[in-house]
Amino acid sequence: MNAAQDGARDVVLRLDRITKRFGKLVANDAVSLTLQRGEVVALLGENGAGKTTLMNILFGHYVADEGTVEAFGEPLPPGHPRAALAAGIGMVHQHFTLADNLTVTENILLGTVPLWRMRLDLTRAKARIAQLSRDFGLSVHADAKVGALTVGERQRVEILKALYRDARILILDEPTAVLTPQETEALFETLRKAVGLGLSIVFISHKLHEVMAISDRCLVLRHGKLVGEADTHQTDRHALASMMVGAEIVPPDVSPARPGLAILKLSGVTTPDHGAAPGLKSVTMDLRAGQITGLAGVSGNGQAALSDLISGVIVPQEGTLCLGGEERKAWTPRRAVHSGIARIPEDRHHTGTIADFDLTENTILETYMDPPISRWGWMNWGAAEKRARDVIEAYDVRCPGPSARIRLLSGGNMQKLILGRVLEQDPEVILANQPVRGLDIGAITYVHNRLLAARDAGAAILLISEDLDEIIQLSDVIHVISEGRLSPEFSRGSRTPAELGLWMAGQGFGEAIDAA
Amino acid sequence: MMEVLDILLSASFWAAAVRIASPLIFATMGEIICERAGVLNLGIEGIMVIGAFAGWMAVYVGAPLWFGVAVAMGAGMLFGLLHATLTVPFGLSQHVVGLGVTLLATSTSYFAYRLMLPEVSSPPKIAPFQPYEIPLLSDVPLIGPALFAQTPMTYAAFLLAGLVAFTLYRTPLGLALRSVGENPAAAAAQGLSVTGLRMGAVIVGSGLMAVGGAFLTLSAFSSFFFEMVNGRGWICIALVVFGAWKPGKAVLGALLYAAFDAFQIRLQQTPIGAVVPYQFFLMMPFILSILALIAMSRRAEVPAALMVAFNRGER
Amino acid sequence: MRLEPVANPSLARRMGYPALALGLTVVVASALALIAGADPLATLGLILKGAAGSKFALLETLNRATPLIFTGLAVAVAFRARLWNIGAEAQLYGGAILTVVVGTSALSALPAVPHLLLMGLAAALTGALILLGPVILKTRFGVDEVVTTLLFNFIMLLFVSYLLEGPMKDPMGMGWPKSERLPGDARLPRIVEGLRLHWGFALALIAALAVWIIQTRTTLGYEIRAVGQNIRAARFAGIPVNAVLVKTALLSGGLAALAGFSEVAGLKAHLSLDLSPGFGYTGIIVAMLALLHPLGVVVSAVFVAGVFVGADSMSRAADVPTYIADMLTAIALLFMVPAILLTRVRVRRG
Repeated sequence: MNAAQDGARDVVLRLDRITKRFGKLVANDAVSLTLQRGEVVALLGENGAGKTTLMNILFGHYVADEGTVEAFGEPLPPGHPRAALAAGIGMVHQHFTLADNLTVTENILLGTVPLWRMRLDLTRAKARIAQLSRDFGLSVHADAKVGALTVGERQRVEILKALYRDARILILDEPTAVLTPQETEALFETLRKAVGLGLSIVFISHKLHEVMAISDRCLVLRHGKLVGEADTHQTDRHALASMMVGAEIVPPDVSPARPGLAILKLSGVTTPDHGAAPGLKSVTMDLRAGQITGLAGVSGNGQAALSDLISGVIVPQEGTLCLGGEERKAWTPRRAVHSGIARIPEDRHHTGTIADFDLTENTILETYMDPPISRWGWMNWGAAEKRARDVIEAYDVRCPGPSARIRLLSGGNMQKLILGRVLEQDPEVILANQPVRGLDIGAITYVHNRLLAARDAGAAILLISEDLDEIIQLSDVIHVISEGRLSPEFSRGSRTPAELGLWMAGQGFGEAIDAA
Repeated sequence: MMEVLDILLSASFWAAAVRIASPLIFATMGEIICERAGVLNLGIEGIMVIGAFAGWMAVYVGAPLWFGVAVAMGAGMLFGLLHATLTVPFGLSQHVVGLGVTLLATSTSYFAYRLMLPEVSSPPKIAPFQPYEIPLLSDVPLIGPALFAQTPMTYAAFLLAGLVAFTLYRTPLGLALRSVGENPAAAAAQGLSVTGLRMGAVIVGSGLMAVGGAFLTLSAFSSFFFEMVNGRGWICIALVVFGAWKPGKAVLGALLYAAFDAFQIRLQQTPIGAVVPYQFFLMMPFILSILALIAMSRRAEVPAALMVAFNRGER
Repeated sequence: MRLEPVANPSLARRMGYPALALGLTVVVASALALIAGADPLATLGLILKGAAGSKFALLETLNRATPLIFTGLAVAVAFRARLWNIGAEAQLYGGAILTVVVGTSALSALPAVPHLLLMGLAAALTGALILLGPVILKTRFGVDEVVTTLLFNFIMLLFVSYLLEGPMKDPMGMGWPKSERLPGDARLPRIVEGLRLHWGFALALIAALAVWIIQTRTTLGYEIRAVGQNIRAARFAGIPVNAVLVKTALLSGGLAALAGFSEVAGLKAHLSLDLSPGFGYTGIIVAMLALLHPLGVVVSAVFVAGVFVGADSMSRAADVPTYIADMLTAIALLFMVPAILLTRVRVRRG
C-alpha cells in the first residue's frame, strides 16, 4: 500500500506531474502534490500562477494533457466532476457556483439525487442541512433564495454543498477574498472543526498571513511550476513572498498626502436598490484633491451604486452630486467624462473594454465624439490610431500592435490600456473600482504607483476595493460601506483592520447616526 | 351587446376555446422546457409545421392516429437535435439557429409534401381523432361540452401541462433543468452535465412542439395545407413570457388567447362583422399577444441564463 | 468538448471551413435530388444553368437578388447592433403600400425623377417607422423585439389584405386582390434599354456601398458595432445606447422598405399579397451568409437568388419540387454558422 510507505499518516490525494497547456501558455508544468488525512495544505501563488487551473483539473472541469490524479488510492478518471464528487472531493469556487433564483436547499440538493427519481425529499434534506450547520458552525436559512443572501452566507452554502455530499477533501479557492476579518476568522474556525473530524483541506490563497494562520504545509506555484514547498511553522511570510514572486516585494512608497479642496461632494445621496444589490442610503462624502479616499466593504454592499453614480450611469434619487462647486443634475457617463472624471470600472473584461474591438477602438471608447478622433460624425481613424499608439507607449502596454483585438491581452495589459485611456485626459477625479483585482504583482505595483503619481499631481481619487489590506496600504482616508450606508471618514492609521472589519459587518452605523 | 352575450353563453364557444388552446399548450410546454434549461427555441414555428406534416403523412399512408403522433414527435425531436447541437455544445446564436431551423423544417415539410403528392389540387383528408365524451361529466351544462367532450389529444395536452409542472418543481430532474437555466456553472460544479441536460431539454421540448403541430392535422383539421401553422409558434413564444415561464400560468394564457380567438371568429358572424372587415378580427389575437408582452414586461422572471451559452473551457 | 480560441487563424482555416460548408450544401442538394428520383449531377447542372446559363437567366437572378440585397442589408445593419429585426417582411410591405399610394396620387403630375424620389422616400420612412415601434417597446419596456417584429409580419399581411379588398382595390382587377397599377412615369426604368434589369438593382448596390461607408467611416457605425458587441461597455463609455438603437432601427426599417419600393416600382407595378415570397425572412439568410458585411450581402444575395431562380427553372425540367431552394438556403445557413465559428475556435477534448 502506498499510504503505508508514505509514513504514519494516510495520503488521501495525490496529483502526479500534472501538465496543462492552453494554446502556447503552459498553465501547469509537471506539478505534483500530495495531501494527507487531517492536513491543511496551502497552495500559494500570485494571480495567473496556475493554482485555479490545477484545482479545476483535480475536480474534472479540465482534462490534463499529462499526469494523473489519485484520491484515496484510486485513480480518478479525467474530465468527470461527478467522479471527483463521488470520490469525496468538494470544491468551494472563488466565484460562487450558486443559482440565485433557487433556494439554499435546492442549491445544496442539486445533483445529489439520481435524476430519474420520482420525487425530491425536501424535508429529509433540510433536516440533514440543519445537522451539518450545527456540527460545523455554518448557520444558513434553508428556505431563502440564494440571491437574497450576503456574501458570507453564500460561502457557507458553498461549504455545506460539499459537506452534504460527505466530502472528505475540501478545496477552497481564495475563500477569504470577499470576507471581513471576522468572517475569515469564523471560516477558519469551521475549517479547524472539519480537520478535527478527519477532513483534509487544500487552501488556495495569495494572502500570506492567512496561509500562516491556517495551514500545516505550503506549496508555492509560479508561472505554472512548483517552485517551493515548506512546513508552515518552519518558514515565514518573507520567505514565502519571495518564493511566490521570485523577487523581493517592494511595497509602494506612500508619501504623506497634501489634500486640497473637495472637488466632488455627495450630500445625502440615496439611490434605488438594484435587485439584491443595495443602493446608497443618504450618503455624504467629499473627495479632496491630492488625496486617496479608500472605500472598504464586503462586496455587494453598495459599492456598485456609488461607482455607477460617480461614473454617470445612475443619478441620485435624493440628495445632490456637486462637482467643482456646481450641482450636477443632468448626469450621464459622457458628462462625467467631459467633467474630468477618470473611470476605471470594476469589470475590465465586460464593462471597461469590448473584447472583440481592437486596441485603437477600445482606446477611443469614451472620446470618439471629440476632435480630432471624429468631426461632423466622420471618424478619423488615423488620429484614433495615433492616440492608441501614444497610450501603448506611455503606459507600456505589451501587445502585438494597435490593431490587435483586446481579448488577446493579459489582464494587466488590458488594465494599463484603460489607465492610459483615462489618465491621458488629465482627470481631476479618478474612480478606481477594484483596479488590481486578478493582476500579478508586477501589474499591481504599476497600477498603484500610477494612482499615487496622479494623487501627487493633484487628482482626487476614490479607491474601491474588497481587499482591506490594499485599502489600508494606499488610502489617506477611509470610509466603510455596509448595506448602502457610509461610515464616517477615518484618517490613515486611526482604525485597526479588526475595527474596520466590524464596520464592514454593519456595526457602528446606528451610533454614528445617533451621534450626528 | 346581445350578440356578445350570446357568444359567451354558448357551449360551442367554450368548446372551441379549449380546442384552439390545445396545440398551443403542447408547443408552449415544449418551449417552457427549452427556455427553463436556458435555450430559446425559435425553431418552434417550423417544428410545428414538420409535426403537422409528419403526423398527417404517417396516418395518410395507413398508420394509426397515435402512431402518427409518435412520428410527429420523432420528427420534432430530430430537428430539436439539430438545434441543440448547434446552440448547446457550439454555443451558436440561438436567434440565428432557431430561425434557420424554422426555415429548414418548414421547407422540408413543403418539399416532402410536394414530393409525395405532386398532383393533388385539393389536400386529401384523413380520419382525425374524434371527440370522446367522458360519461356524466360531459352532460354538465356549458363546461361539460367544453372540457369533457374533447378529443383525446386535448385531454393529453392538459395532462402534459400537469406533468411538466410536476417535473419542474417536484423532481430531481426538474431541479437540474431549472439550475442549468439559472446558472449552468452551479450545475456543472455539482457534477451535472450542462450539455446533456440542455440538449435533452431542447430535444424533448421540440418533440412536444411537433405534437402541437400534429394536433392541427390529426385532431383539429383532417388535412395538411401550407401556411396552416400561421404564426402559432410565435404566439407560443409570447405565451411563455406571458406565463412567466410557469406551466400553469402559460396554460391560463393559452386558454385566454384561445377564448379570444374563438370569440373573434364568432363575432365575425354577427352584425358587427358586417361593418368591420374580417382582417381586423384576424389581427386581434396578434395585437393581443403584443399587448400581453408589454403588460408582462416589467414582471417577467426570465431564467437568468436564458440565451447564455456555457463553455467549460472559457477562461 | 471544449472550444478554444485560435489566436491567429491561418488563411487555410479561414477559407477552408466556409468552403466545406458550401461543399456539404452541394452534397445535401445531390442527396435531395436522389430522394426526388432525379439524377443529382443533372439536377445541379439544371439549377446552375437556370441561374446563370444565359443572359436572360443571369438578369433574372440579378432581378431576384435586388429585394434580397435590401432585406439582407436591413438585417445586417440591425444584427450588427444585436437588434433582432425579424420584421423585414412587414417593413417591405409597408414600403410597397406607400410606393403605390404616392405613385398613384396627385403627385404623379410631378416629373418622373422627383416623383420616384418621393415614392422611395415615403416608402423608406414608413419602413423606418414600422420598426421604430418594436424598438421603442424594447428600449422603454424591455419587450423582446424578436417576438414583436415577428408578430407584426402577420398583422401587416392582414392589413395589406384589407387594403387590397378595400380602399386600395383595383376597380379593374376583376375581383383579384391587387392594387391599381402605377402609371408608366412612376416606374423605375431599365438600366440599359432592352435588358430586363431595372434601376432598383443599381439602387441596391448604392445602398450597400452607403451602408458600408456608414459602418466603417462614421461615428454611428462605430457606435452600432460597440452596442452590438457589448452593450454594457458601450453604455458605460457614454455611448447613447437607446439613441443608437433607434437610429439603427430607422436605417434597417428604411432599407427593408426599399425592397418593397423596388419590387413595386421596378417590377410588379402593383401591390398584391404575393409581392414577397418571404424576402424578409430570406434576408436573414443572406445577411448571415455575408457575415453581416454590407458588400458581402450583395454577393450572398446574388448567390441565394441564383439558387431560387435556378431551382424554379430546374423544377420545370426535372420532377424536383421547387421548395428544394428554400431547403438549400436554410441548410447553407445552418452549415455556414458553425463553419464561421470554427474559423476562430478549435474543438478540444476536456
